[in-house]
Amino acid sequence: MKRFVPAVLVVSLLLFAAACNSGSSESSSSASPADFQKKLQEDLIKAAPGAVIEIPEGKFKLDKTLSLKVDKVTIRGKGMDKTILSFAGQKAGSAGMLVKANDFTIEDLAIEDAAGDALKVEDGTNITIRRVRVEWTAGPKETNGPYGIYPVTCKNVLIEDSVAIAASDAGIYVGQSDTVIMRRNRAERNVAGIEIENTKNADVYENTATNNTGGIMAFNLPDLPVQGGENVRIYNNKIIGNNTANFAPTSQIVAGLPTGTGVLVMAIRNVEIFKNVIKDNNTANINITTFSPPEDKPIKNEKYNQFVASVYIHDNEISGGGASPDVRLPKIAGLTRAAGKTFADVLYDGVIEPKDGKPGTMADAKICLDNNGAATFLNYDAANGFKKMGKDAKAYKCALPALAAISLPQTGAAGGGM
Amino acid sequence: MLLRVSSWMISFMNYRRWSEFDMISIRNIFRLGLVLGLAIGSVSCDLLGSGVRVHLAEPFPAKLSKWRLFEAGAMPLKPNKGVVPYDLNTPLFSDYATKHRTIWMPEGTAAVYNGEDVFDFPVGTVITKSFSFPDEKNPGRERILETRLLVRAKDGWKALPYIWNEAQTEATLEIVPDPVEISFKDPGGTQHNITYSIPNANECAQCHERHKTLLPLGPKARNLNRDLAYAEGPANQLDHWTKIGYLKGAPAAAEAPRVPVWNDPTSGSLDARARAYLDNNCAHCHRPGGVAGYTAFLTEFTETDMRRLGYFKPPNSAGYTGNRPFDIVPGKPEESILLYRMESTRPKERMPEIAREIVHREGIQLIREWLASLPQEQTAARSAAATARPRDAAKEAP
Repeated sequence: MKRFVPAVLVVSLLLFAAACNSGSSESSSSASPADFQKKLQEDLIKAAPGAVIEIPEGKFKLDKTLSLKVDKVTIRGKGMDKTILSFAGQKAGSAGMLVKANDFTIEDLAIEDAAGDALKVEDGTNITIRRVRVEWTAGPKETNGPYGIYPVTCKNVLIEDSVAIAASDAGIYVGQSDTVIMRRNRAERNVAGIEIENTKNADVYENTATNNTGGIMAFNLPDLPVQGGENVRIYNNKIIGNNTANFAPTSQIVAGLPTGTGVLVMAIRNVEIFKNVIKDNNTANINITTFSPPEDKPIKNEKYNQFVASVYIHDNEISGGGASPDVRLPKIAGLTRAAGKTFADVLYDGVIEPKDGKPGTMADAKICLDNNGAATFLNYDAANGFKKMGKDAKAYKCALPALAAISLPQTGAAGGGM
Repeated sequence: MLLRVSSWMISFMNYRRWSEFDMISIRNIFRLGLVLGLAIGSVSCDLLGSGVRVHLAEPFPAKLSKWRLFEAGAMPLKPNKGVVPYDLNTPLFSDYATKHRTIWMPEGTAAVYNGEDVFDFPVGTVITKSFSFPDEKNPGRERILETRLLVRAKDGWKALPYIWNEAQTEATLEIVPDPVEISFKDPGGTQHNITYSIPNANECAQCHERHKTLLPLGPKARNLNRDLAYAEGPANQLDHWTKIGYLKGAPAAAEAPRVPVWNDPTSGSLDARARAYLDNNCAHCHRPGGVAGYTAFLTEFTETDMRRLGYFKPPNSAGYTGNRPFDIVPGKPEESILLYRMESTRPKERMPEIAREIVHREGIQLIREWLASLPQEQTAARSAAATARPRDAAKEAP
């Protein structure tokens, strides 16, 4: 023990000399990537409400999630191809950017190669995402981040003129949210191009979804706290050739999305699909279905409704669907054995929610198809082992009241459309 | 409950043990160092004051010493008068950091007891947690990297990360601290060379927030209900806090809830120890209102819904899960996502998501044993029972 004494003495003296001089040695700043990241993160933390944080032109490397918690902040770049935040080789944090704030606007920049989700916005009101590109630059890969543009549990969400490429779950997504406009976006080579999940009151229009596994999907899933998604309008979109082989990790629910899905309508009510161009999606241009969980993943949520009802599909230009269904999935393979090697433009499982303990009727289900040109149709009667399949869309010719347009504080008047 | 003085503190002095690695030499070094340090410090340094100086609004002091939470210059840190060290039965794993916790409340104020949750602390409360690692340059000693303050200001809690200088003489408030390269051996003897990442102010909130409100995590009855060696002798922490006026409304410690010590089989069953581990290593986010509340995978010690706890719960938006089907498959650790996430260090897979670079070998062992111990017959039974509903519903359809 004695041998320590001199050392301790010296150390103690040095310690106190340093403490009393308290000269802090700030490291000088240079333009290294770490400094850019640190400065930007500091700006985001210190931002006062109302602040506009401008990011110059250039490609900036970041290795850790950027986060924002201050309300009323705008982050603005110089353009989605000019200001690039690259998270290639990210070391910490799952998201590229993580925002938990109200009255948030982000525009004119790109987020590339995030380890996980590219731009995640949680629990915010009045969220605007404009001219933002999110991309995994090596193209579709199982190891890409799951979500591109990813507002969840938000209210009043505007996503416009943005681009999402190669997300391993959904490119442009809104989940567990209320009052949403997604317009003029482009989703390419994602598993799900544009996704509206457990969300109420959404207008989805003038988007292009192409070369995804599935183009645009509106649905509810059981294992989420916010339930009851409904009132979704999908119109004036181009949903073309979404035939990229599903590359989601197999444990993900989205891995069950058939390759070649144009529009998926699942376990939801009050959906209006109109004036879209929907073509050449190889499993189906529109797939209307109950949520039937895998046998080993049963539904355990009393609030959840797995059935689909009140879907009004009209005035669309639909062609070339169902030419080559995704037989990789056992359910689809089973259906090809019953229905043939090609399906139809519009695919419906025919499952209707029971009413008062009795089987529901078509009048209860309110699936309406009208004026969709020469679109072909198949009800494959999933509940009865494909026994009473029907191909006559005329039986479903009916109309439903038009759903109301969505308006947002960010856009002033209601969005376009009917 | 057994008191383990040897794993605690130097009982006759009111300061805390600073090492889990070399108790004897550290103890002696610091007895000496402290006496010398205090003697020198008291005459040469006007930073010395008596008593904590609390700051409740911006701008917060740039230097930790301004708070006077610790006696000036003492290393290891010696809590100032009224600053009470505390420990938790089962803590959060942070890359094998040794953590030193203290709490201080203004004269005449007390926290209000809550049997289920964090106590309601009075305005002015200052909680500290200091993180240290074995100092490779000074064998037998430790190096503090950071002291995190949680301050109960008038408008809620503030999280303030203070980063220690190389000389260990002062810590500076940094909103976005730089990562630190460290090398050390863990208690099991494994060498680690890591980039230790210190959370920035936003990242503090990532764990500490519930329903958008920043809250302390550790100081709950069930975590604090254990003995600690105080200067006056060993006592139960809840009893001690009541005695010194820091806590009101608490029952006798024997009546209060308690979680076991995760790695002490004498303190509780395997199930209880695993649940305590999940409570303190996952539930800060995975609880209702927590950052990961939306995932519906909820791991609080008090959770009773097995689906929410992960039994046969498929992931929703989890990203890559090693192609495992459920958060928990009873009896099958290798099929449970929970274990996969604990074993991964890849940023988008690892859990906890931040503030963990190293795999917690011993924690994984505990959770693996626990998952293996969960009755497998439940697997078939639960699966069959739960599958009945949707299939029957489909049959009823026309």
